[in-house]
Amino acid sequence: MNKRDFLKGLILFFPAGGVLGALARELDAKETVPAQTGTAGTAPKPGPKAYDPKSHYYGMGIEIDKCIGCNRCVEACKAENNVLQEPFFFRTWIERYVIKKDGDVVVESISVKSKASKETSQDDSDVLRTFFVPKLCNHCVHPPCVQVCPVGATFATEDGVVLIDSKRCIGCRYCIQACPYGARYLDPRTKTADKCSFCYHRVRQGLLPACVEVCPTQARIFGDLRSKASRLVRFARMNKIHVLKPSLNTEPKVYYAQLDGEVR
Amino acid sequence: MSPEMAQGLSELLDQVTGYIYPNEIELQWSILIVVYPYITGLVAGAFILASLVKVFNVKDLQPTYRLALLTALAFLLVAPLPLLLHLGRPERFYEILLTPNVTSAMAMFGFVYAWYLMGVLLLEVWFEYRRDLIVMGGRERGLIAWIHRALSLFSTDTSEAALAFDRKAIRGITIIGIPSAFLLHGYVGFIFGSVKANPWWGSVLMPIVFLMSAIVSGIALVIFLYMMLAAIRKEPVDMPCLDTITSYLFYAVIVDFSLEALDFIHRLYQSEESVKILGKLITHKLFMSLFVLQILIGMFIPLGILVVAKWRKLNEDGRKLLYFTAVILIQLGIFSTRWNVVIGGQLFSKSFRGLMAYKMEVMGIEGFLAAIVLLALPFVILAVLIRVLPTKRLVDEAPKPA
Repeated sequence: MNKRDFLKGLILFFPAGGVLGALARELDAKETVPAQTGTAGTAPKPGPKAYDPKSHYYGMGIEIDKCIGCNRCVEACKAENNVLQEPFFFRTWIERYVIKKDGDVVVESISVKSKASKETSQDDSDVLRTFFVPKLCNHCVHPPCVQVCPVGATFATEDGVVLIDSKRCIGCRYCIQACPYGARYLDPRTKTADKCSFCYHRVRQGLLPACVEVCPTQARIFGDLRSKASRLVRFARMNKIHVLKPSLNTEPKVYYAQLDGEVR
Repeated sequence: MSPEMAQGLSELLDQVTGYIYPNEIELQWSILIVVYPYITGLVAGAFILASLVKVFNVKDLQPTYRLALLTALAFLLVAPLPLLLHLGRPERFYEILLTPNVTSAMAMFGFVYAWYLMGVLLLEVWFEYRRDLIVMGGRERGLIAWIHRALSLFSTDTSEAALAFDRKAIRGITIIGIPSAFLLHGYVGFIFGSVKANPWWGSVLMPIVFLMSAIVSGIALVIFLYMMLAAIRKEPVDMPCLDTITSYLFYAVIVDFSLEALDFIHRLYQSEESVKILGKLITHKLFMSLFVLQILIGMFIPLGILVVAKWRKLNEDGRKLLYFTAVILIQLGIFSTRWNVVIGGQLFSKSFRGLMAYKMEVMGIEGFLAAIVLLALPFVILAVLIRVLPTKRLVDEAPKPA
């Protein structure tokens, strides 16, 4: 190696070292939510430090093309959160969109078994495209439900989850009116408002929400927006994402990949 | 969950057209929430009519001044009841006063209400009636004398200076009262108008439309009560007074109609994302209550009747008959207005893809009968109030209290 080659090598070595160092720091960042492949049976190791809500900010990613409409997330949610089984109360539900060649759009909630939604043998020839859209509370950054609650029974936590204190809720239902996404309902047992909590009781312990846990195709990705290594941040980096009803400026934290313009 | 409720919701599911979010099947704000803005509208309207006498010195309206005040009071006392009964957990209502959420329009209800009741209406009624209460308390015997004395808060001063102060106080309260009445009902409109999730409600015009329709309904109610009272007491109706009030009513209906028409045209012209579903809403679900009841029977026909009554130079009996018909139709129209706002806003999905149905309960705490009772209750309260507080000023030759 002559002097010239050595100097050339130096020019390459230092910037490359900087890049590698940055990557190493990246690897060091902790993933706060366990890998999605973990099954419900594996108990999480309790963290050495107490849970600090300030260091988390949760959201969900949904990959439309991966959803097969199996409805397992809906069933898991109902079981996990003791949601009424009757088909009028949902913390999460699945919509099926069938877009016809003539521009007609037929939407159905496959989670509701009504007379109309009985499986009909559709003539495939007039179908342009079809897909499923999982829906749930968007845990908005500017939640209109929190704004209107007269008693502060519904609130956003520091870690970005919109929750309801059912012991304080007076059942006025203003929040249900204010939610643009139809995510809320009045639980007839408690006469108070209810909705998706991102399975906060599980998330606090380092577990995934029930719907994410059971999804067989990993169409749902849960994660921490504050952690660079989280699956959600990676999801947001790898996909072009969109949210529901962006014009209302609620800033949802449920991010959809491959979302069709017909979805509202 | 009760099987009846499940059964009821399943039936509604079959009436859904298009797609709705699954949680939307249950209509949240029922007939009681229709009654609430209707009643507060009557309060605000009646008070504004009363204010015309004191602030703008419309002498013709003097015969209805006290009646209008008492009407406002009777209806205001009932106004919180539909809200309370509608709550899922009515026993927790006090939370709204103890820990109000400052960003919530609804949380302000308790404060707006308390201010209007205690800061405005009760004060004005007290100053207006103070002298009469003293006079009556001195003249009468037994329980009623004590009631009157207690209502006067045991004041005894009927000197000219004291009466002059009463008049000054009433004027001052009325001047504060008019914006307060605007606040009371404009605020109710704001509760609906500020919901951006709902395109049928979310409109900056909503508080103003509410206010104008409140004035219409309040004036119409006072005319109705004044004529009924005269008939019951077999007294002559003060025709100049009636002619003047109905003129105000006429103009108020025109302004109200113009505002609603503006709102309608604006929506149609802007033609936003929601315009298709709102079009379906008004043609499929609200045709009867919007086009027939609210606009035709509640506005056009009464306007026609008032025009005929005013310009055909009818005799007194003819005018009275027409006025009476018009005010009843107007009441019907304003109730439909409230229905169309409250129920109409909940009959289309926020997915803008489908329409829901509302099946009113008959019995039950949120049913038809409860609504009827709540609408009748203010009239009962008013009957009691009129017994205790005469609608006519006592004549001056009354003996001085002992």
